[in-house]
Amino acid sequence: MTDDKKDAVIRVENLSKAFVLHVQGGARLPVFSNLNLEVAAGESVALYGPSGTGKSTLLRSLYANYKPGSGQVWVRHDDDWVDMAGAAPHRVLEVRRRTVGYVSQFLRVIPRICSRDIVAEPLHALGADLDQARAKAEALLARLNIPEAMWDLAPATFSGGEQQRVNIARGFVADYPVLLLDEPTASLDAGNRAVVMDLIGEAKARGAAIVGIFHDDEVREAVADRVFDLSKERAVA
Amino acid sequence: MDTSSPLLRVRNLTHAYGNLLACSDISFELHSGEVLGIVGESGSGKTTLLNCLSARLAPTNGIVEYDLRGRGLSDIYALSEPERRLLLRTDWGVVMQNPRDGLRMDVSAGGNVGERLMAVGARHYGAIRQEAEDWLTKVEMDLGRMDDKPKHFSGGMQQRLQIARNLVTKPRLVFMDEPTGGLDVSVQARLLDLLRGLVRELRLSAIIVTHDLAVARLLADRLMVMKDGKVVETGLTDQVLDDPHHPYTQLLVSSVLQV
Repeated sequence: MTDDKKDAVIRVENLSKAFVLHVQGGARLPVFSNLNLEVAAGESVALYGPSGTGKSTLLRSLYANYKPGSGQVWVRHDDDWVDMAGAAPHRVLEVRRRTVGYVSQFLRVIPRICSRDIVAEPLHALGADLDQARAKAEALLARLNIPEAMWDLAPATFSGGEQQRVNIARGFVADYPVLLLDEPTASLDAGNRAVVMDLIGEAKARGAAIVGIFHDDEVREAVADRVFDLSKERAVA
Repeated sequence: MDTSSPLLRVRNLTHAYGNLLACSDISFELHSGEVLGIVGESGSGKTTLLNCLSARLAPTNGIVEYDLRGRGLSDIYALSEPERRLLLRTDWGVVMQNPRDGLRMDVSAGGNVGERLMAVGARHYGAIRQEAEDWLTKVEMDLGRMDDKPKHFSGGMQQRLQIARNLVTKPRLVFMDEPTGGLDVSVQARLLDLLRGLVRELRLSAIIVTHDLAVARLLADRLMVMKDGKVVETGLTDQVLDDPHHPYTQLLVSSVLQV
């Protein structure tokens, strides 16, 4: 790897992904091939393109949730570079714990765990003591307008928008150097959308690299420094 | 990190019952703090593999090495019988699917927990009882039942008692065979939540056999998918479940009913 841009924190090189559906007669669905993308610290990139061009697939590949067929996803982890597409599982988990945060489209509810602790968990796992992690979780939940009465409840019964805000709080509770955001404002009202845009702005200001999918034009224009257009970059028919 | 020594190393493990190959040529490493799930349908060799890994069934072929305190990676089947029994009572825990196989049904709940402490040398009755109380509280048992025998407990209570009995000696590695099997779903959720919390709090390493992908998703960092005695796919839990590659894993994931 050349080190021409010192502040790069993500480097995607020649990344290709296809799905092979064995239970459906072995159908092969190519998503993208030979993608290259570099993201610097403090930079925000919006993945762009119509449905089916591979925005989510790319985002999930950056988190090693999907396994690309070929190519590398280099992420700067402390002073090392780790290839998320090829590293050993315990190494990937370490990168996820300390370097890369991911806000999925939907909250994965854990039975019986209250929203405060769901939010506090990643910070506690990083070594913060439980009280400190809970205090920060409460501050974020308050900022995202989750009423205090709900902090002690498991979010299984929350509305879609409330669950999404718990999910966002969980993603922003630790100061990850890299943040991956899958439509973080999709089910939010204008007031909460503004809070999320502020959170993204603050993360950028402290030097986080952000890659996200933002369907809302207003949000995308406000938070993204540039757009990565998958309909042009994906190189498959 | 990549150069750190594993806690458990398995190389080319094979076990045959006569002509039947239950596990075939299995190799993997488990690092400290990792939770590995072994999934697959009934008869795929999961339990045979778990028994071979936990020093309870000598494999036909292959090596299982464990990072013994003070000795480093050692072949567990080269240990003497007393050494192996000590390992199973101290640094390891084994949670059986059927609590009857893992508990002494005619000894009180407190005794079941205290017994393991005595096996590692604890002698002071008050201290043993206090430690047993602490553990019964951790697994959410009513202390009023401490002197009752587990044969009078519900399945969920028996399973929680079995977990307390295994964790009281602060093992580094715990083996679990279908820990939530046979329990109804609300009891299962409570047990899963308890296990998840304990694994994180105590930074346990664990190997969990389950046929339930939801249990695997909640507890395991990574998965091995078994079919016909072979490992057909491995990877991070969310990767294997969200982007399965092997035809069998795809079938398994697509067969889960949505509620």
